[in-house]
Amino acid sequence: MSLTIFMQQLVNAASLGSLYALLAIGYTMVYGILRLINFAHGDVFMLSTYFAFYAMTSFLLPWYISFAIAIILTILFGTVLERGAYRPLRNSPRISIMISAIAASFLIQNLAVVFFGGIPKAFPSVPIFSKIIQISGVSSSSISVIIPIVTILVLFILGYIINQTKMGMAMRAVSKDYEAARLMGINVNTVISFTFGIGSALAAIGGVMWGLKYPQLIPLMGLMPGLKCFIAAVVGGIGNIKGAVIGGFILGFGEIMIVAVSVYMPYDLSGYRDAFAFVLLIAILLLKPDGIMGKSSVEKV
Amino acid sequence: MLKIENLHVFYGGIHALKGINLNVEKGKTVSLIGANGAGKSTTLRCIMGLVKKNEGSIIYNQQDISSLKTRDIVKRGLVLTPEGRRIFPNLSVKENLLLGAYTRTDKNEIDRDFNKVTELFPILKEREWQIAGTLSGGEQQMLAVGRSLMSKPKLIMMDEPSLGLAPLIVKNIFEIIKEINSNGVTVLLVEQNAKAALEIADYAYVLETGTIVLEGKGSELLNNADVQKAYLGEAVIKTKEK
Repeated sequence: MSLTIFMQQLVNAASLGSLYALLAIGYTMVYGILRLINFAHGDVFMLSTYFAFYAMTSFLLPWYISFAIAIILTILFGTVLERGAYRPLRNSPRISIMISAIAASFLIQNLAVVFFGGIPKAFPSVPIFSKIIQISGVSSSSISVIIPIVTILVLFILGYIINQTKMGMAMRAVSKDYEAARLMGINVNTVISFTFGIGSALAAIGGVMWGLKYPQLIPLMGLMPGLKCFIAAVVGGIGNIKGAVIGGFILGFGEIMIVAVSVYMPYDLSGYRDAFAFVLLIAILLLKPDGIMGKSSVEKV
Repeated sequence: MLKIENLHVFYGGIHALKGINLNVEKGKTVSLIGANGAGKSTTLRCIMGLVKKNEGSIIYNQQDISSLKTRDIVKRGLVLTPEGRRIFPNLSVKENLLLGAYTRTDKNEIDRDFNKVTELFPILKEREWQIAGTLSGGEQQMLAVGRSLMSKPKLIMMDEPSLGLAPLIVKNIFEIIKEINSNGVTVLLVEQNAKAALEIADYAYVLETGTIVLEGKGSELLNNADVQKAYLGEAVIKTKEK
């Protein structure tokens, strides 16, 4: 593999890894605070791309307004989902709320088929994102470069919210002990809604960028990325945000590199691209079940 | 200041509190003693709105607070230092203390109270940036009490503050409770360490299986034969006689 091709694949890997990381954070944050795998997260991600699509094609809004609307609508949807499907079951056995999450996922997918139609739609191309840029022989579409930059920016903002603000402090407190948090006067419901809001916002930012990079929309498009990003969160150590980012990037790099090197292999491996995530999951569960950043919790009594 | 009348609480099918009457006067230290499962913690949790009452009233400053949300009760100046400390182990000592002031918005006052609390517990100042989960048990209890003080309480309730601590630290904690009380904060103390709890109490109640069976001045209960037998332990008294 020549260096130029390698660099080109590296850019692709960085942007796919970024998208996975954004989505994986949503899983890990919700798990951290509710101990729930939000199986509908991938579908929330799917909705965000459709929101952006309709804003641009049906309402003919400029891309920046469409993206802002998509992000806002997705945040609303995420918090409504929590209120409707998860909050009423918060004091029920863990399994009930998980089943509710699976049901929510199927419901959203099928409603999407009804309302958006099953026929793939083409995400409109936005000129500044589809420009081809060349740096010393490495050529890439501008969106592939923009995605990692936006992601890093978003991660800094997220880090600030979680570590420096009062709400972030409350989130970390709630994730450890609901009742003690209530004794501090924290409104636990607000904190949980806020967490879903942030997770959905990240999914939507990922979603619109996904649409720009892979411009084919189908109602089931959230399924595979959702599953993979759940794996990314587990690989990184679920509940840990840094872990989710690391897991997302490992997955992105792994997938792209399998395709990249398979050209030089006697046997074509590119068909195993999707299998990479699952092999990685099995490997991590065997070798380090708490994930890369996870630590087995030791508590003082 | 706080008056509980005919309070009933059911936990699932269990009648945990069977009509409790309790009165806490402003500026006093009141102790609530009793065996495991007597309903001491339930009483405190019910006052804070963590457990819903089935009957009765909890009057705080002439107002029934028994249907308020926990955060509104905290805003009115009541606070609970829960059993088992319940500090946030993943947060720094400073963040734990700041969370105690979560409902407050008076930034300058919070800074002042932060300094006051760290004067009361110098060890917390020393470990300001340490992750709270790495503190020792005694230090965690101090953090839990300090965190409660950060809400600027008028009435502080403490659930078993001496639980699982070394005797020297227990002594220290009780000294601090006295000091908090002398600063004008009313104290409602729940303890299994009956002797220490009665010694510092102006008034005390004995709770048995959800009912108050005895009440009186701390010193009176300390000398009461039934209390001595049930809670102070005959063995202790016998060794004293020798």
